[in-house]
Amino acid sequence: MTVIKPKIAVYKFTSCDGCQLAFLNLGNDLLKLTDAVDIIHFAELGMVNPNAKVDIAFIEGSIATPHDLERIKNIRAKAKFLITIGACATAGGIQALRNFADTAEWVAAIYPKPETISYLATSTPISTHVTVDLELWGCPVNGEQILTAIKTLLLKVKPAIKRDSVCLECKRSGNVCVMVTKNIPCMGPVTQTGCGALCPSVGRDCYGCYGPSENPNTDSLSKQFQQQGCSRETIQRRFLFINNQAPAFLKAGMKK
Amino acid sequence: MSMKMEFNNQEYYFLPHVKINALLDYLHHQGFSCIGPQIKQDAIVYEELHDSEQLPWGLRDYQMPGQYRLEENNVKRAFSWANGPQAIKPQLFKPKESLWRVARDSHGKLTFKNVTHEMKPIALFGVRSCDVAGMLIQDKAFLTEPFVDKHYQARRENVFVIAVNCGYSSNNCFCVSTNTGPQVKAGYDIALTEIDDGFVVTVGSAAGEALINKISLKHATDEMQQAMQREINNAATMQSKAMPFDNTRVVRDLLMNNLDHPQWDDVAARCLSCGNCTSVCPTCFCSSETETPALDRIESEHSREWDSCFTEGHSYIHGKVIRDDTKSRYKQWLTHKLATWWDQFDTSGCVGCGRCVTWCPVGIDITAEVAAIAKPAVDDSASE
Repeated sequence: MTVIKPKIAVYKFTSCDGCQLAFLNLGNDLLKLTDAVDIIHFAELGMVNPNAKVDIAFIEGSIATPHDLERIKNIRAKAKFLITIGACATAGGIQALRNFADTAEWVAAIYPKPETISYLATSTPISTHVTVDLELWGCPVNGEQILTAIKTLLLKVKPAIKRDSVCLECKRSGNVCVMVTKNIPCMGPVTQTGCGALCPSVGRDCYGCYGPSENPNTDSLSKQFQQQGCSRETIQRRFLFINNQAPAFLKAGMKK
Repeated sequence: MSMKMEFNNQEYYFLPHVKINALLDYLHHQGFSCIGPQIKQDAIVYEELHDSEQLPWGLRDYQMPGQYRLEENNVKRAFSWANGPQAIKPQLFKPKESLWRVARDSHGKLTFKNVTHEMKPIALFGVRSCDVAGMLIQDKAFLTEPFVDKHYQARRENVFVIAVNCGYSSNNCFCVSTNTGPQVKAGYDIALTEIDDGFVVTVGSAAGEALINKISLKHATDEMQQAMQREINNAATMQSKAMPFDNTRVVRDLLMNNLDHPQWDDVAARCLSCGNCTSVCPTCFCSSETETPALDRIESEHSREWDSCFTEGHSYIHGKVIRDDTKSRYKQWLTHKLATWWDQFDTSGCVGCGRCVTWCPVGIDITAEVAAIAKPAVDDSASE
């Protein structure tokens, strides 16, 4: 009897490839994964089949070029379940800082032949253009979260991704709060968990790369940052960073 | 050990500082893993303790709402501080724990297996009165029949408690008003009070008495006993914070009669809904459970981790988050901790350790919130 394995694919858009590395860094689990699924398209891994129909499509990167825009519609049409991985695909990424600037001016300032560069004026998340079934945040995304999503979907259950604050993960890990002991402005209280509280585990502040938690009080945290001695500009930069287009961070960052 | 009935030995002994290691050695020989206070990440935390040198000698904590600092005070004492972010709770109620596994055979039949954790019995060295009180309250949540938590029970039954009465209180301590300190009253095997050069020791269990005999402690002199009393009095009198109405059922009625008080909106504007308060609280016992399937689709692991009433998952029931804003979550926390806890466990859930005040990143003070609700609400429409 031939067992038909679910087909998965990983597509790259405007991004740094770091989230695809989260896949590759799964090591042994990646090999085990190939027992359970067929990887149809994953250019960084060597499989190229961009037009195939797939069960799960993983999208890395934001929509920042006319070509991106064309491709994502085609991929969505051929995928049963679509998952964005990482800050770029989920919120537009660091490159969405161009949304606050004149992109044409930037391109002219950077490239010797700007007319050869094809681009959109803004960088936008995948969900702006097509329906997204699941969002996995992070810069980069956590390989374990990807694996858990696949394992859960194989059982025909929609993955439950916690959107609690990083603080809860810090406390479970036994980290001591850097805000309370060292007066360091930390984004943990408004940032979604999933990273395993990576940065506070080495004594530094969270910089919000997993995007907003489900119920973030950015006003109160901004006030606290101010009391800790941060200027308005510093506070704006904390919010308008890797996930600058995530609505809660965008609103907090644009506040005068 | 300390779970067993009251033990009566009224004697006072003296444990010189130089004999702390003899005490630790005895416990290690008895098969205990000793957990005690030490400095990590600029705070006093409880971890594996092998030698008295690891203790936070000559250090004092300064706490304010949302602030914690350690400073050297050059006093040759191991316990001249109040507390740190955690103590007993993570030792008995693990932050993350696997509970059971399930496997499916070729006929589709499921087999469930308990996960048992290899563990040495734990000796807790130098735990504060508020934390011992917190443990006794968690016992009610985890050990009341018929819903006994086997994982908590396995650790709790074998724990050996060496309590330390306080000689200093931080700005955020309020155990006098909650009647849970600064002197430990129950739930310990031995209790220490640090004075010059060592500790006055009292005994709370037969196991504690066996330890005293084994390491041959002498009786404490009258002067030492007076010094002990001075230390405890000092910790009590320096407390400036208090839970209104002495943390009694009056607080219960106050909160339950003021569910529409404007203070709930006021605190919701400040609260980050981050869950730091519940995580550091020695009595908060909520957890969430998750299923982690293996790639083979045959096996799955069921585990739990600390949760908080400040998360959406905590009130997610049948497709809906019941408490979807910060106001309802804060109200849930406070009215459970200080009010309905009485109905459920016949006690308040607050032990006056002040951790929720210190470790709240925006410094929300539980005693101030209750005090604000105790004031009559200002009615804008009324004028004099």
